[in-house]
Amino acid sequence: MKKIQLIVLLLLPIGLFAQIAIKAEIIYTVSSSPIRDGVILIKDGKIKAVGTAAEIKIPEEYKIYPSKIVTPGLIDARSVIGMSGAMNVAADQDQLEKSSPIQPELRAIDAYNPSEQLVKAVREFGVTTMHTGHGIGALVSGQTMIVKTKKGTVETVVINPFAMLAMTIGPEVSSNFSSPGTKAKQISMIRTELFKAQDYLKKMSDKDSTKRPTFDLKMDALSKMLKGEIKALITANKSVDIMNAIRLSKEFNFKLVIDGAAESYLLINEIKASKAEVILHATMARNDDDMINMNRESAMLLTKAGITVSIESGYESYVPKSRVILFEAAEAVAYGLSFDEGLKAVTINPAKLLGIDNRVGSIEKGKDADLVLFNGDPFEYTTNVTSVIIDGVVEYNTAP
Amino acid sequence: MLNKIFLLISLFMVKTVLSQDKPIVFKGALIYTIAGDPIKNGIFTVQNGKIINIGPEGSAIDPEAEVVDVTGKVIMPGLIDTHSHLGGPDGGDGSNPLNPETRAIDAINPTSDGFKKALAGGITTINVMPGSGHLMGGQTAYLKMREGRIIEDLLIINEKGVTGGMKMANGTNPMRGNGGFPGTRAKSASLVRELFLKAQEYKIKIEKGGKDSTKLPERDLRMEALVEVLNGKRVVHFHSHKSNDILTAIRLSKEFGFRMVLHHLSEGWMVADEIAKAGIPCSIINIEVVGGKMEVLNLSLKNGGILEKAGAMVAFHTDDGITDSRLFLRTAALSVRLGMSREKALEGLTIVGAKIMDLSNSTGSLQKGKDADFIILSGDPFSVYTKVEQTWVEGKKRYDITVPADKAFLTGGYGVYSSDRGEFHHHDGEEDEEGN
Repeated sequence: MKKIQLIVLLLLPIGLFAQIAIKAEIIYTVSSSPIRDGVILIKDGKIKAVGTAAEIKIPEEYKIYPSKIVTPGLIDARSVIGMSGAMNVAADQDQLEKSSPIQPELRAIDAYNPSEQLVKAVREFGVTTMHTGHGIGALVSGQTMIVKTKKGTVETVVINPFAMLAMTIGPEVSSNFSSPGTKAKQISMIRTELFKAQDYLKKMSDKDSTKRPTFDLKMDALSKMLKGEIKALITANKSVDIMNAIRLSKEFNFKLVIDGAAESYLLINEIKASKAEVILHATMARNDDDMINMNRESAMLLTKAGITVSIESGYESYVPKSRVILFEAAEAVAYGLSFDEGLKAVTINPAKLLGIDNRVGSIEKGKDADLVLFNGDPFEYTTNVTSVIIDGVVEYNTAP
Repeated sequence: MLNKIFLLISLFMVKTVLSQDKPIVFKGALIYTIAGDPIKNGIFTVQNGKIINIGPEGSAIDPEAEVVDVTGKVIMPGLIDTHSHLGGPDGGDGSNPLNPETRAIDAINPTSDGFKKALAGGITTINVMPGSGHLMGGQTAYLKMREGRIIEDLLIINEKGVTGGMKMANGTNPMRGNGGFPGTRAKSASLVRELFLKAQEYKIKIEKGGKDSTKLPERDLRMEALVEVLNGKRVVHFHSHKSNDILTAIRLSKEFGFRMVLHHLSEGWMVADEIAKAGIPCSIINIEVVGGKMEVLNLSLKNGGILEKAGAMVAFHTDDGITDSRLFLRTAALSVRLGMSREKALEGLTIVGAKIMDLSNSTGSLQKGKDADFIILSGDPFSVYTKVEQTWVEGKKRYDITVPADKAFLTGGYGVYSSDRGEFHHHDGEEDEEGN
């Protein structure tokens, strides 16, 4: 990986790495109070300094981008973009392999397409980091990954090639496979597989290497989840499915992220007690099927109850082919979440959930220079994104 | 055919006309009449389902009237959704790609939860249409969001004397390639042309026959509906995405002289001048990102602004469930985001839709004598923070955000929406039968 990065660095025109200064009427750092009349200096892809115009002198060689509002690059807590493409034909739908309901060995990096036009589409709405990968609809559909939405190859855009195991509990699974056909069967199949993985893990730690089992891709991936190296990302919307996910996580002691979570507002105490993390469905998701009881005030209700909320684009099967977290956070704010919490739900909250808050999620010295420039309130319908900067490179710019 | 519907509707109308209501005055709002400049701190009076006066600050107020202080709020006409699938409107089935005789009114559930969504979004008039999985999906239904148990409670007879338009579609949705359905674009157009040629002949026979029943052709439901299309009473609502398909639709409408509204128009911005030159009104939708099917890979939020600049008439639609009726104002706001004027975007939500559906004498703007279809907003129509606080249909308050049972339809929540009471559309990619 290091070598590839080096080669890419050498190939890039030097101009792209020009030092950049952002001047803004308001900088929403997320980590501290907004800075009025602020300046951000970017050098070598990182934030070199952030403060008020009075505090920070812009060196002469810096190219200045004036703007009204600056936020950290947005982080999509759960997407399938890059696995699922815009055309919506077999050739660009790699998010769900239907040959078997449990396939933890499927790697996202082997399918992700950084040139997919949906990546460009969400980048231009301020998304700079995505947790994407295998989709919704199998008990274990495969692995997820974390990427920057910048241009490049999977090797140059990836932050974490194996972030979580994507799992689903609910009616969607039974519509994709002849078995499991029921909720009870779904859970029994997952438990059977996890017991095998426990056994594999135990045998693998045998001091006598001759007694260890042969390496198994499937068991290896599940072992990582059981050892706590990766989290289980379980999509569950009905309260019964959410409780099933929590029960599983207790039995096998894995780290649980509840995804979708349409009825989570009914289970606030249970979710808090379980210590599970929550990625909430798009605010504008369709209220049908197992989402019929979804509540557009969920982000507000959960946040008020002390549950940290990250907002996702999720998965869409038709038009629109993806939601956009900028708009979904905006609707969450329109439905009662505070502006600050709305911004956190698409920046620092998912950064923490994904374990990348040392690099992204807020505007702080030393962090990756991932920034979004707006010509007004980021959440307003009529505001435009004017520039998107990823790792210090201006990836999108509408200003002359 | 329509006489019976007329009769039923008139019976219901008598009831409302007889009850003389006290006038209600709404005082202090910024009023977007759409018929002229906005009025600050206006005086807006409704009675017996109609608008009886709109005046500037200080206008005389009827001493008998109930006065509602709406200072700081915004009042505008009830929104008109020119393309929706709420209520479960079926058209044709898989037996024929051309179904002029099928009627949405025979399928719609008037008690559907979907209509509560529309009210929460400020929508008062809807064109409910069969899907686009057919070249001709069937007759659409123009509905007012009145309270109702039966479809006649909601149905509107427009200025041309009909209760809906005719849904047509081209491009990939109707191209199923089996069971008599076309497999190519050229075949799609030729099937439509053959049908219209027959309809032209039928129309001539009807006209020649006049009142002499012995000279009239046999009754033919398909042909009767198409005669209404050919004589301009029933407008064609034509689903079309790609620029070549849009031009084909225009070519067909010119050849047979039918009145048409183009719908969706993902690539409308590429042929905006041609659309404007042909004088064809547009009804557009806004989707934030490209894709979901091949035909919409070039859609753009710039569509509204570009069509406006070209001089085309632009209305909006939800295509619910593609976009949500509760977010209809947002659809127009997204066009403003990328270049459409606020004025034309407001018109696109109201009067243009009314004109398209031949309803502009009674709704679509706030003018004396028109139906009291209006909404009260907490702020600017194009702000994400603005809420529709009240929706009034023909002088009756149908939605009030301060009533928890009404607000529930805005937010959703446990048991608010029911699969029994709603016909929510399912979109499963390429297999989508509705093909919206």
